[in-house]
Amino acid sequence: MSLTGRHILLALVASALIALGFANLTAGGPDPWITLGRIGAGLITPDFSDYTLLANAALLTVAFAFCGVAFGATFGLLLAPFYRLRRVRLPCITIRALHEIFWALLLLNVSGLSPLTGVLAIGLPYTGIFAKVFSEYLDEAEAQAEAALPHAHSTLIRLLWVRLPACLPQIGTYTLYRLECGLRSSAVLGFIGLPTLGFHLESFFKQAHYSQAAAALFIFMALILPLRRWVRWRLVPVFIAVSIWLLSRVPYPPMGQGAALQFLNDLIPSPLRTGADWGKWLDKVLIDQALPGAIDTLTLSQLALAGATLIAAIAFPMIVPRVATRIGAAIGHGVLVIFRSTPEYMLAFVLLQILGPSMLPAILALALHNGAIIAHLLGRHAQDLTIRPDAPRGLTFWGWELFPRLTANFWALCLYRWEIILRESAIMGLLGIGTLGFYVQTNLQQLRMDRALILLAVTVLLTLLIDTLSRTLRRHMQEGRDLRIEKTRAIDDASAAPTPQGVCR
Amino acid sequence: MQLLALENETLGWGATPVLSGVSLTVDQGERIALLGPSGVGKSTLLNAMRLRMTDRRVALVPQENGLVAQLSVFHNVWMGRLDDFGTARNMRTLLWPVGHERAEVDAVLARTGLNGLGRRRVSTLSGGQKQRVALSRALLRGGDVVIADEPVSAVDPAQSRELLTLIEASFATSILALHDVQLALDHATRIIGLGRGGIVLDAPSADLTIPDLMGLYA
Repeated sequence: MSLTGRHILLALVASALIALGFANLTAGGPDPWITLGRIGAGLITPDFSDYTLLANAALLTVAFAFCGVAFGATFGLLLAPFYRLRRVRLPCITIRALHEIFWALLLLNVSGLSPLTGVLAIGLPYTGIFAKVFSEYLDEAEAQAEAALPHAHSTLIRLLWVRLPACLPQIGTYTLYRLECGLRSSAVLGFIGLPTLGFHLESFFKQAHYSQAAAALFIFMALILPLRRWVRWRLVPVFIAVSIWLLSRVPYPPMGQGAALQFLNDLIPSPLRTGADWGKWLDKVLIDQALPGAIDTLTLSQLALAGATLIAAIAFPMIVPRVATRIGAAIGHGVLVIFRSTPEYMLAFVLLQILGPSMLPAILALALHNGAIIAHLLGRHAQDLTIRPDAPRGLTFWGWELFPRLTANFWALCLYRWEIILRESAIMGLLGIGTLGFYVQTNLQQLRMDRALILLAVTVLLTLLIDTLSRTLRRHMQEGRDLRIEKTRAIDDASAAPTPQGVCR
Repeated sequence: MQLLALENETLGWGATPVLSGVSLTVDQGERIALLGPSGVGKSTLLNAMRLRMTDRRVALVPQENGLVAQLSVFHNVWMGRLDDFGTARNMRTLLWPVGHERAEVDAVLARTGLNGLGRRRVSTLSGGQKQRVALSRALLRGGDVVIADEPVSAVDPAQSRELLTLIEASFATSILALHDVQLALDHATRIIGLGRGGIVLDAPSADLTIPDLMGLYA
């Protein structure tokens, strides 16, 4: 039996209903409309008076992004040719299963609030991602290498002369796109103390200085929205050099002598170090922390995935002129680009200020951000479809032509975002929701590194589980589709599977 | 009665002209066949003619059929009539087709040789069957004129004749791009030949022979 969208839809609805039973959605706290009104007032009266502070934070946000992505791209490219080796692949999978913020929280104990922490927090997980994506590009170019240099036996020659040049354009496009993600990561690292825009955004918000918070938000948008216009490849070496210089001038509190050794020692489970009782330790970390953390993480991710799916299905026709008219599509693009460009953590933080502490802000933030990304990509697929000249317009066009043609792509994209939503769900614990991130942070604050390490391992395992599940489901959908359209691949324009490149993690 | 007129027009996609100096008129009741090697601009000319007849009810059989492979045969055929109804009705039909709608489509399918295939997904059909679905859509739509771009390229010669006869019985005027010269001579009253970036032949088919037409492909 081939897997169809209907099965996925049923599973998605069922899991969301179960998750609803676990979720705490009741928000206590002040009247949301009052806060919303004040934030709205702040947005129309942005206050740029503290411009040196904001400019400095903006420059550092860009500098962290450039250095982190350059680090990741360089090491990723070096590892890519060896990615098929198990001992390269497994570490890569592990380092990219941990979110940038988790890396930062860990590194804070080794390199403190120094710029190195920020660069590595972005660079390490990105290395894992780049290695995987670049290795896929290189594999695709292998056929070309075979055709161009059939007699060259040296792998290095083939790599440098054919495979690498053949996929250089893709590598460039992907790196640029990753830089956009890096800018988001960099801003979010501010929330745990690094001197980027997120740091000021958080403190302005917490002091209810909404006009200044709006200024920080606008500056971030002004950097990320036109990114593809101001990043010129010829200038990239200059950007990186300036970034390194900027980061080298950042003052930071010194770390005590031997911090790294102490940290490594603390990672050893305390029963081994101090002879404490294993039973109690395991009970505490696995039953009291990992289990409720994992349940909340899964609850949040299933509800967020269902929300993202719904938002994407409704929102994607809004950027298709044939449905929404030309003006409508332009407005739709504008709305989607804002939700796509705002990091989900930042969105969740803002919604938390409005809605009060519950799971709801995180669900909404993840659903809006990921829904906007899926909608954007589907909208782009929709532009590529060949539509017969007398096809209908408006909602009829959406129901009769667009949606049926794009269903397979739609579900593939939703499944693809699933793993990303899970990674982010774990992080949302830092905002006080009971997901795994909450317990990780609590243990790190109490200097219980050993417990934090176990919880991070659980996070990695959960991410890998969802990743494998999502891949398997996508493959089954693909197989079913291939069987049915065997003879008509060329005609069936919806058969082009969505490529993961250009999709933000 | 004249349906459309083109006078010394340059036709193309975007800025690149495909056909230039195109002058022709089409009268009601004409059976026109467009001939010429592939890539010469038959689809371009058909599209220009379609755009000149927005005041008429035109049924269209586009190249590559324009079917939605993920939907059933019924849905693809019913698409021919979507612009007769409002959005709400169309959404209802998409989700819950009712008996009389199915019956109307089944009646057309019986004529095009697709008996009992209404509930099949289009992606499971053969190339020839798909062409019949596209033709069924045009037949269900009905109207003054049919414009068809290679409507019978994927079915065998005997079936081609059958389907063209069906088109003639259903539409007063037909404009068809064809690739089979004999088929064009037998079924059209007028033949327009394209080549060298314009119209090179426009004559009643009674005055033409196969060798005259083979020159178009030389």
